Amino acid sequence: MAGEGENKPVLEMVQADGADEGCVTFVLHDEDHTLGNSVRYMIMKTVDVDFCGYTITHPSESKINFRIQTRGGIPATEPLRRGLNELNDVCQHVLNTFQARVNEFKESQGQPME
Amino acid sequence: MAASMSNVEEIRSRVILGEYSITNVHTSDYPGNYPGYDDTWDMQKFQKNFRIDIVHLDESSMEFDMVGIDAAIANAFRRILLAEVPTMAIEKVFIYNNTSIVQDEVLAHRLGLVPIKADPRLFEYRSAGEESAEEEGSEIDTIQLQLKIKCRRNPRASKDSADPRELYLNHMVYSRDITWVPIGNQADVFADAVIGPVHDDILIAQLRPGQELDVIMHCVKGVGKDHAKFSPVATASYRLLPDITLLEPVEGEKAERLKRCFSRGVIDIQDVDGKKVAKVVNSRLDTCSREFLRHDDLKNAVKLGRLRDHFIFTVESTGILPPDVLVTEAIKVLMVKCQRFLNKLDSTDLE
Repeated sequence: MAGEGENKPVLEMVQADGADEGCVTFVLHDEDHTLGNSVRYMIMKTVDVDFCGYTITHPSESKINFRIQTRGGIPATEPLRRGLNELNDVCQHVLNTFQARVNEFKESQGQPME
Repeated sequence: MAASMSNVEEIRSRVILGEYSITNVHTSDYPGNYPGYDDTWDMQKFQKNFRIDIVHLDESSMEFDMVGIDAAIANAFRRILLAEVPTMAIEKVFIYNNTSIVQDEVLAHRLGLVPIKADPRLFEYRSAGEESAEEEGSEIDTIQLQLKIKCRRNPRASKDSADPRELYLNHMVYSRDITWVPIGNQADVFADAVIGPVHDDILIAQLRPGQELDVIMHCVKGVGKDHAKFSPVATASYRLLPDITLLEPVEGEKAERLKRCFSRGVIDIQDVDGKKVAKVVNSRLDTCSREFLRHDDLKNAVKLGRLRDHFIFTVESTGILPPDVLVTEAIKVLMVKCQRFLNKLDSTDLE
């Protein structure tokens, strides 16, 4: 699916012949457990997802095979998109909370850092 | 029924450290796993339960609690801190002269590991493909450093001295001898920032009279997964909060013994009606050594576990960036990863 003129693919979609669009293996290039496991967690928290898991193809290849199987004919891209969005929102909340707490802590210490 | 419900609650919230096994290791609160529980992702619920408490923070290290998040995401932050938050490090060493006993390649490797105080957010990555074409590097992606030093005899040394510190000048080459050579407009842009090694007392080489070093170094932006020298942390780790429950009252001599089974400060002995009774006061201090399991009369009185969603993070910076900045950068890195794939999903109709 990588567009023309792009030498480095980011995301590919692999489907078995005849499989519906609810059963897809996504190939996430340049990723590992860091994104793989956290997105897998977010996607497994969705009701319509039958199966979600990932493998690292080989230690010397920097890509993961990310498998999603959905229920009820929902395209697999949907939970993937939702999982990524939710993970992004979670990060945003963690970031806001962290920065608020750090500022509070610095104020309570009374020593302006940086 | 009530008993099994409380058992389910335990499976969901705790990792149990038993005598021969560790159980309930994996997260299991997925939709459909537990009847009567709604485990679908709920942002409101997450925001309500999530909290961060800063325990300690200084220029080089910090400790904080992150509560109410899954290990998958907490671990992503930890992994990113170690391997994917960028820093500047010496990548190329041009050796014009090296007459010391340290071989060129060993010297280059040692220099690479010296932490360089420069804000990586103000620099770009050097483009990988055109390396040969762009040997020089430019002001936006490269910091140039110089190390030029020569060892001489100290003319003022006393005749009968045998101490190298008195006999020679410059015989120890430290990181403080590395000087910054600004490229382009860097001298103006970084006028108020001192660019150079974080620590000035890192020994790089030892020289003897007549030996000299003359090298130019290029620092580039990189990440820890490419080479450990780019890692911004000395260490970044988390542990789960220990949870110690006394299942039955432990009194008298047994209480004293139980207290000694745990780290200092975990168990306190209180006086209840003239009897010494053990009480858990601070389970956080425990190392989970499980020493109490060696005492047959104590091992059934204690339940030891860890709270599944309470992460005690420890981040030690190398000194390039303060630890709180490193954590915020790590969170941003994960968001960028999400964005990267979201953009890809939106821009192309995957077929």
